[in-house]
Amino acid sequence: MKAKFARMGLASVVVVLLAMFAAGRVGGAAAQDKTATTAEVKIDNFSFGPTALTVPVGTTVTWTNRDDIPHTVVSTDGVFKSKALDTDDKFSFVFSKPGTYSYFCSIHPKMTGQVIVQ
Amino acid sequence: MSQNKRDEILHDHNHDGIDRRGFLKCMAWAGTGALCVMQGGVLKSYSMSRANEWNAAKMAGELSFAQISDSHMGFSKAANPDVAATLKAAVDKINALSVPPEFLLHTGDISHLARPEEFDTVDQILKGAVAKDVFFVPGEHDVIGDEGKQYRDRYGKGTQGEGWYSFEKKGVHFIGLVNVVNLKAGGLGNLGGEQLEWLEADVKQLKSSTPIVVFAHIPLWSVYPEWGWGTDDSAQALSYLKKFGSVSVLNGHIHQIMQKVEGNVTFHTAASTAFPQPQPGKADSPGPMKVPAEQLRGLLGITDVNFVRGQHALAIVDSQLG
Repeated sequence: MKAKFARMGLASVVVVLLAMFAAGRVGGAAAQDKTATTAEVKIDNFSFGPTALTVPVGTTVTWTNRDDIPHTVVSTDGVFKSKALDTDDKFSFVFSKPGTYSYFCSIHPKMTGQVIVQ
Repeated sequence: MSQNKRDEILHDHNHDGIDRRGFLKCMAWAGTGALCVMQGGVLKSYSMSRANEWNAAKMAGELSFAQISDSHMGFSKAANPDVAATLKAAVDKINALSVPPEFLLHTGDISHLARPEEFDTVDQILKGAVAKDVFFVPGEHDVIGDEGKQYRDRYGKGTQGEGWYSFEKKGVHFIGLVNVVNLKAGGLGNLGGEQLEWLEADVKQLKSSTPIVVFAHIPLWSVYPEWGWGTDDSAQALSYLKKFGSVSVLNGHIHQIMQKVEGNVTFHTAASTAFPQPQPGKADSPGPMKVPAEQLRGLLGITDVNFVRGQHALAIVDSQLG
């Protein structure tokens, strides 16, 4: 009994250890996804900075208006649309699908930007 | 509401050069509008900031009206902490004219954030004007969030489409255009196909001798496209006005006085009653200028008397009577 356990045990332990290791890694990745990443876009001097922002899927992007003039953040494809952002007002959007999202300020349309979600 | 704020600043907390004394000076320049007088079919525009130098006899004409613009009610930053007071100052100046204008034109950015209370405040102040009729066009600030629905509910009675319209006064044909809705990413002001069709039909039956006054918020000529100071399809609109001998185009938006003559068309932009903006390209952005009040007159500049007589002997004049 003891010998049999010992004989089969070596392989089992390896399998279990491998399984635990793999599970641990999977679990770690899952935990990372839950800790959603964030990114910032600043609105200064009638421009979005950075103009093009690249983020991983699941990122919450927050725009902050630092001008004395109100602006808006409006997706050209209708995916997202802020209300009027007065000075220091913020707008956030969670990018849950990969893609390139173009946006602009609907009252100062020369102001354009992109969020690239990978 | 901003109209209830104290109209004095005792200390310069922001180190922006604006103190109480400076603010009172600021009222002197900011409370500006323009008096427009139609004289023999020629529209002349006089800056209200120099009304004390006017010669009323020389300025008599068959029709006069006042243009005010960019009151930005709700704005409260350092460039002008009390825009209600400066709008009221503009109205007081208009009321003090020896020959009162028959009506007012407001070329947009009535409000700063299109909030109901901002429009209410402007309406209340304009009720104090001796001239009871006020004709509006919207600025981009007036249509934030709803593409102008609230604006049209308040000011758009009897207008077409997004709020455009025309009317006659003493033989002069006035056209109010809307170039601040349905703006496209990367673009400028926009009139749109429907409005252009309406305009073409609106002027078709008019005699070419009819003086035309077009007013819209964003300039209908390319002042500085890099800052969005122009209208993408304005050339199309102006092509419908080629047959007319006298066309005057009045705009706001850029918070400074500028003019340009192109053939039979004279373009004129009005100052804001709220705050000045920099000259094209002279700053990082077209945001409000925060400068010591003493410098403001210099920044606004003294425009030369600029009487322009076009081929058809009809043109606009921006006279500061300096």
